[in-house]
Amino acid sequence: MDNKTPAVKMRNITKRFGPVVANDKVWLDIYRGEILALLGENGSGKTTLMNMLSGIYFPDEGTISIDGKDVVIRSPKDAFDLGIGMIHQHFKLVDVLTAAENIVLGLPGKLDLKTASKKIREICDAYGFEVDPDQKIYDMSVSQKQTVEIVKVLYRGADILILDEPTAVLTPQETDKLFAVLRNMRNDGKAIVIITHKMHEVEALSDRVAILRHGQFIGDMPTARTNAQEMTNMMVGHAVTLNIDRPEPVNPKPRIEVKGLTVRNIEGIVKLDDVSFTANSGEILGIAGISGCGQKELLEAIAGLQPVESGSISYIEDDGRREELLGKDPLAIAEMGVALSFVPEDRLGMGLVGNMDLSDNMMLRSFRRGHGLFTDRRSPKKLAETVVQELEVSTPSVSTPVRRLSGGNVQKVLVGREIANAPTVLLTAYAVRGLDINSSYTIYDLINRQKAAGVAVIYVGEDLDVLLELADRILVLCGGKVSGIVPGRGAKKREVGMMMTKLGGAKDE
Amino acid sequence: MNKRTREPLIHITKRGELRWYQAWAIRGGAILLALIFAGVITTLLTGENPVRVYAAIWKGSFGSTRKLWVLGQNIAILLCVALAVTPAFRMRCWNLGGDGQMLAGGLATAACMILLGDKIPNALLICLMIVTSIIAGAIWAFIPAFFKARFNTNETLFTLMMNYIAIQLVAYFIVVWEVPKGAGQIGIINQSTNAGWLPQIGPSKYLLNMIVVALLTVAMYLYLNYSKHGYEIAVVGESERTARYVGIKVDRVIIRTMLLSGAICGLAGMLLVGGTDHTLTTTITGSRGFTAVMVSWLGKFNPVWMIFTSFLLVFLGKGGSEIATNFGLSSSFGDILTGIILFFIIGSEFFITYRINFRKAAEKED
Amino acid sequence: MFDFISFIPRAIMQGTPLLFGSTGETLTEKSGNLNLGIPGIMYVGAISGVVGAFYYEQAGAPSPFLAVLIPMLCSIVGSLLMGLLYCFLTVTLRANQNVTGLALTTFGVGVGNFFGGSLIKLSGLPVPAIVLAKTSSYFSASVGSSSDNWFSKLFLSYGFLAYLAVIIALVASFILKRTRTGLHLRAVGESPNTADAAGVNVARYKYVATCTGSMIAGLGGLYYIMDYTKGVWSSDAFGDRGWLAIALVIFTVWRPNVGVLASFLFGGLYILHMYIPSGMNLAVKELYKMLPYVVTTIVLVITSMRNKRENQPPASLGLPYFREER
Repeated sequence: MDNKTPAVKMRNITKRFGPVVANDKVWLDIYRGEILALLGENGSGKTTLMNMLSGIYFPDEGTISIDGKDVVIRSPKDAFDLGIGMIHQHFKLVDVLTAAENIVLGLPGKLDLKTASKKIREICDAYGFEVDPDQKIYDMSVSQKQTVEIVKVLYRGADILILDEPTAVLTPQETDKLFAVLRNMRNDGKAIVIITHKMHEVEALSDRVAILRHGQFIGDMPTARTNAQEMTNMMVGHAVTLNIDRPEPVNPKPRIEVKGLTVRNIEGIVKLDDVSFTANSGEILGIAGISGCGQKELLEAIAGLQPVESGSISYIEDDGRREELLGKDPLAIAEMGVALSFVPEDRLGMGLVGNMDLSDNMMLRSFRRGHGLFTDRRSPKKLAETVVQELEVSTPSVSTPVRRLSGGNVQKVLVGREIANAPTVLLTAYAVRGLDINSSYTIYDLINRQKAAGVAVIYVGEDLDVLLELADRILVLCGGKVSGIVPGRGAKKREVGMMMTKLGGAKDE
Repeated sequence: MNKRTREPLIHITKRGELRWYQAWAIRGGAILLALIFAGVITTLLTGENPVRVYAAIWKGSFGSTRKLWVLGQNIAILLCVALAVTPAFRMRCWNLGGDGQMLAGGLATAACMILLGDKIPNALLICLMIVTSIIAGAIWAFIPAFFKARFNTNETLFTLMMNYIAIQLVAYFIVVWEVPKGAGQIGIINQSTNAGWLPQIGPSKYLLNMIVVALLTVAMYLYLNYSKHGYEIAVVGESERTARYVGIKVDRVIIRTMLLSGAICGLAGMLLVGGTDHTLTTTITGSRGFTAVMVSWLGKFNPVWMIFTSFLLVFLGKGGSEIATNFGLSSSFGDILTGIILFFIIGSEFFITYRINFRKAAEKED
Repeated sequence: MFDFISFIPRAIMQGTPLLFGSTGETLTEKSGNLNLGIPGIMYVGAISGVVGAFYYEQAGAPSPFLAVLIPMLCSIVGSLLMGLLYCFLTVTLRANQNVTGLALTTFGVGVGNFFGGSLIKLSGLPVPAIVLAKTSSYFSASVGSSSDNWFSKLFLSYGFLAYLAVIIALVASFILKRTRTGLHLRAVGESPNTADAAGVNVARYKYVATCTGSMIAGLGGLYYIMDYTKGVWSSDAFGDRGWLAIALVIFTVWRPNVGVLASFLFGGLYILHMYIPSGMNLAVKELYKMLPYVVTTIVLVITSMRNKRENQPPASLGLPYFREER
């Protein structure tokens, strides 16, 4: 393979979404026989750029050439014809169809699932995948679905593969397996792009790294010739120290006591299994775990949004009185006088209403106040103005629909509203997901201030580094069970990581 | 490979927010285009001078004092039904059962007038008509709402079926109450005594309906935009998960809103039977339940704008039938005109949401 | 004794327009388009055929072959135009499907009654109807022998369009289940962005499925006039059958082959009132006419209670698709 001619050359690629410039004159080269890590913060335009290569979006400006020939990629089909295949972060699979049906979807010719199944098995054998061609997608686990996606791309003979944050949903073991497969494919002469913002993955896997920031191409270099600090600086734009404040808890008292909590989802699968713990006031309890291990169910059960099979959740007042929260909906909990705030994972689908403006969103918590038939519009507006001012939300006005704001500002609005209630318990799920570094620090600061005010904070996070620096104690979930609770100070990342994948961690090591 | 190197001819992207007057300018332009198009069609079909065609459309609504009153009455009833279905639509619950709910209300009204006319004082009778018609309409909406709230049963089709069940129920009672036997119709109820006829205010029997609906419009505007219920409806419509998250009981809101929807439809049925028509037929609603869907949608679910959209649709319908009688065409011509205008307005929404980018002119062939 | 030998053929004839309509709507819905314009399209399909037949009869209708072909072509073209209009608005311009469908129904019923009314004036008959006896005689000619045994009465006594309806339904079922086209169509209705990412042209599938569906549904209108009513068109004659056809789609959980039996069952429910002795009480008959609608609501409730994945509507039904949605 001649590494000097790029398989893909992208030049001056620009893409706008309304007023937002997602990609601004980006240059990128992709070579065969190489794994390129496309690195950048959330919202830096990595996915947008690759979507243009795979035909999902069409660039406003710029040229793309494949093997030296200028091409126009108008649709995913054009991309396939050029040998480009993308595995999206949100899988593009039809739930009610089988693996084989999904894999042959979009191909020409007569429908022959038997031959297809045979070919699928061959691909699986060649790279070490396990896929049952006749299994329905809705019966599959996340990593199985991802495998189907990869097989789908290979089945079409793609030799330029793009993977969008493929490890976000995988266990470390599954990640290792995936990386082995990717190395296999690279040695096969395929060009591979992996989108990520995880530094250690870049270092472990890639040959070359390209960095985007705010939609602009910052630079690329061989991975061997750089290091995590330099890459972080390039991603963020200025030198950053990963230092989060962690004051000692002041006078912690038990606030929420969960005992033997067991939850099944609609399909009857156990999502939480006999979970017990106590959350104290004035303390941040971090929840660690691979995504989908019951974090969502745990928070929603406490907030009164999740039907529970068995167990108890007690709220303990300062004077030691106990109130049972189980079996009560959010309204009933609030009426009991329990000030419980919840910053859910799905900000615009649950925490806020995207199409409503800032003041109307502030009303979500307060609209019932007052006795009359009509709502009070003035105080929510005032609250919105306060939040905008204090948290430095960048918005044209308080009557702008929330969905028009950027991710960080949306989160500031949501957190601002939730802490305005003077809560005694604050639940947060992935509070900094998708936020740039500055916004993340604003949120950490807000959470720490709540802790200082004596609030019992339960913080579900995905970034272990952050959890280790922010939380006073860390509860590790593994497959819906409590794998262990460790103090945040002095906990080892590796140790917690092991607990995430194996109950109790690796005791013997 | 010549084909490959060419950019797509048109490429569509989302627009940023338009100012409200820009959006309404686009809609106004669409209506204007539609009127021109409709005029051309009519001219082609009739061979008439387009000016006479437009004059006829105008005359259909404004030709005489009587026509003006009829226009007002028609707008009032259509707007009433549109107001009724709007809360449900704001909740993203597609209540297409306006006709059935009106018929249920009309049936209840007719039952009161026929069975109790002359037996109880007129004032009491009218009160009873109002109450029973509201209850009947509400029941008709409650049935699909209950299943929607409980099992998420598709309300679009359920309410549609409820329309036909109502029609057959009315057909049944028409045979039971027919005058004279075998006529297949009820005729004017209480023609001699006027029992249960709503009182006439001012110069026309239509004025009362218009006043009632005007008040209802204001009330609905306040309810939707400023009341706690209205807020809950908006939240449920945008996201049921958000609603649950803040402790709104979604099933209760769905049922409550549909009850309101049905109740107002029932009232509209009462206004028709008791106020103006004084009879009951299976077609008394004139498919207003469907037209109301369009009134409400075109008016962006805003009661004030809906006054204009209901005017527009009634105006076109009247214009169409005026053309039909003037130039010897079928009365269904109004439906065609209405359809054309609707297509234009529906299509114009695209240009409000999206921007079309044409391939750059300086395009190389190679 | 209930007279099944005369009831079943009537039920089948009554069910045939519904079968056309529901097969057409199923194909449409499989592409993610909820076309509430089907009732209007069936009117247009009917009147287009009537117009074609009317002028050919005016010309004397010399050839039986053309007398069948011309109305059919007219009907197909008429409903195709309606389908294109729907697609242009909902697929290309991404308009709200409910509103577009209702507008299309208003328009289609208007077109039907308007041109019907105009032809009635032209034909100058004393009754407000058009009679196309000659054309109808070709359409409604029994396919099989005219012998009087129960077998030929039950199976061979229909015009060719009735058989065509069954064939179309079975073919549609086969295409949906067993062919690549069907696989792609199902994917488009379930998850258009998945289909798109896999290289399926979503807009084209939506257009083709919806327009094909419209043409099939339009034939239902044609059958009704040319065969069922023996060539008599009168205003609003077609009634609410279009809505019933849409209801049937749910009844059959989006399976055209199930639709064959289901539509005949609905046809039976539709005319049951004529076969149930009610003596002098005519009012009760009106209540029997409620049956198809009541049954539909019950089926709606039952399918929504049973949460089987395969029996749910196409997941993207009613939603417009825009690739660059964010």
